[in-house]
Amino acid sequence: MSEVDMHFEVEHLTRVEGHGNIVLDVEKGEIKKLQWQVIEAPRLFEAMLRGHRWDEAHHISCRICGICSVSHTCASLRATEAAMNIPISEQTLKLRKLIFHGEMIQSHVLHVFLLVAPDLLGAPSVFPLIQTHKDVVLMAMRMKKLANDISRVVGGRHVHPITLIPGGFASLPKRSELEDLRERLEACKADLTATVDLLATLKLPDFVRETEYISIRMPDEFAMYEGSVYSSDAGPMPLDRYREVTNEFVVPHSTAKHAKWHRSSYMVGALARVNNNYQMLRPEAKAAAEALGLKTPCYNPFMNNIAQVVEVAHCVLDAIDILDKFLDKGLDREAFKVEPRAGRGIGVVEAPRGILFHDYEYGDDGRIVKANCVIPTNQNHESIEDDFRALVPQILDQPQDDVRQALEMLVRAYDPCISCSTHYLDVNFV
Amino acid sequence: MSNNGKPRVAFFDFACCEGCQLRVLELEEALLDVLAQVDIVTFREAMTEASDDYDVAFVEGSITRPADLPRIQKIRDTAKVLVALGACATIGGINCGKNRFQMAEAMDIVYGDDAAHFETFEARPVDAVVPVDYYIHGCPINPNEFVKVFHAILQGRPYAVPDHPVCVECRLKGNVCLLEKGIPCMGPVTRAGCDAICPSYGYSCFGCRGLVSEPNRNSESELLQKHGLTSEEVAGRFSIYVQEGYPKREEVAK
Repeated sequence: MSEVDMHFEVEHLTRVEGHGNIVLDVEKGEIKKLQWQVIEAPRLFEAMLRGHRWDEAHHISCRICGICSVSHTCASLRATEAAMNIPISEQTLKLRKLIFHGEMIQSHVLHVFLLVAPDLLGAPSVFPLIQTHKDVVLMAMRMKKLANDISRVVGGRHVHPITLIPGGFASLPKRSELEDLRERLEACKADLTATVDLLATLKLPDFVRETEYISIRMPDEFAMYEGSVYSSDAGPMPLDRYREVTNEFVVPHSTAKHAKWHRSSYMVGALARVNNNYQMLRPEAKAAAEALGLKTPCYNPFMNNIAQVVEVAHCVLDAIDILDKFLDKGLDREAFKVEPRAGRGIGVVEAPRGILFHDYEYGDDGRIVKANCVIPTNQNHESIEDDFRALVPQILDQPQDDVRQALEMLVRAYDPCISCSTHYLDVNFV
Repeated sequence: MSNNGKPRVAFFDFACCEGCQLRVLELEEALLDVLAQVDIVTFREAMTEASDDYDVAFVEGSITRPADLPRIQKIRDTAKVLVALGACATIGGINCGKNRFQMAEAMDIVYGDDAAHFETFEARPVDAVVPVDYYIHGCPINPNEFVKVFHAILQGRPYAVPDHPVCVECRLKGNVCLLEKGIPCMGPVTRAGCDAICPSYGYSCFGCRGLVSEPNRNSESELLQKHGLTSEEVAGRFSIYVQEGYPKREEVAK
């Protein structure tokens, strides 16, 4: 093993959102270079937001990302609402939680079935699976469509939702649409069971690296839309000190910022949430975790995909609960009015890929003076590189193609969303 | 063309959120009909294989840095038909918001002392660099319009982008005018083709498809000011999707 030479560069890694490269350079068994390079073009949203009005901020910042635009919309609205002390009703809160479930299910299903499953089933993409595993593909499409329809019914559309505005909703779903969703979510339970059964037969790489896990947390629910910052190493942290958590720094080989807190890196996303908040999961989601061998705390980053499936189960069940309440009491057309004023507000939510912060400072005229957005994928970049550094020495005796495949799968397990972090991914064997 | 006689189609993305590609995926059943008529040969977000041999290229995103120039040129040289997909590609879109600043200043705002690591220039639409054959506007695109344009491409005929304002579609849908309800709206000056989706949900139009060819800016400015925007804020509203400040193709050629 000490004599191994290996050089490769995976340029524009496929089946990830955005553009990034993996570079590995090993001489006589010694790692000379091992990098996860994000090469997306810088987009400069923090500059774009400056000078824009309180009712434009979420419209602009949700366009950071097409996959998680509901998360960006809500983080942005929560920052604006915190800055201007704008109250929201219980109904608005529940509707936002419902559309969150839609986005979480859609993003996880897309990732697990379309981007990761081809690796596990030995195919280069989902397209050949249409022939070989037609039932699986149809099931994934059905779940994705349901999730998409949740977002459409609540938000008007999923990519850059329309109805969510500071203080409430521009329009409300119809009862018949809610009834349709309720029915299809009930039917989705069978798909959940089938998903768990399928994944239980697939083998994920066995790799362990303990690290710090960061997410939000609520005392009485599995936190996604709101909560306080929580670290597996250090416990709770007040939101206004979030910059002490993220400590963003720039590395020369990447257009995305990196982050660290108590260790050289930390992990965010589904696995971090499930590790930190397992007790708050619904019983059906815990059952899925048990069936899939996910015991918390879990230190295998590849299990992030399993944690995503566990969360899908949680979201489906929780969405049913919310719908039952709406169908029972009906939705009210609520009047609300925003009085713009100066102030600073921080909005924190769990996007599908992890904890997301929007931090805005408004002037007296209700226009943005300063904005800062800390994106989940950026917080994971350093963790991906730390995993690389731990994993490569363990597998250097394997053929180069297997090493490359393992590193690609590891990056995909994190489900990076590089549009968010700036926008790109490639793997390079130099 | 592939051996089976089907056109070979590729998807590419530059600086953007990739939401327009997602909107294409949302077509679901209609997408399967579309796919049956072509071979998808490059779609990095979904597949590992890729090909440099294609007939139709869909390009999403804005051109924002020197490295983008040879890449878009190669796509133009290879494709018989180049389609700009979504506002970032057709009009520059949200990315052009940074053009209000000197690039050094915008980079400093985001990256501080580390700004020197990164190369960037003023964001611009695809046709500021290479000619574009078809435009599918919107942020994000309207999937129904995508299908219309797709059929036009397959039949080799042009697609005429609507050049009337969103108000026309909004009225056809029987919506109550948002401006009459006191909500500032860009519908009167914005190019239609979106089925007035935002006003139909009670949310103002922000102009994501770009302006009609002869917009009445003064009248729209007055309307917006009547609804509480200052003249500076009116300029801000007009600039969310449309922002000049980048060199055009003819100027670059010189």
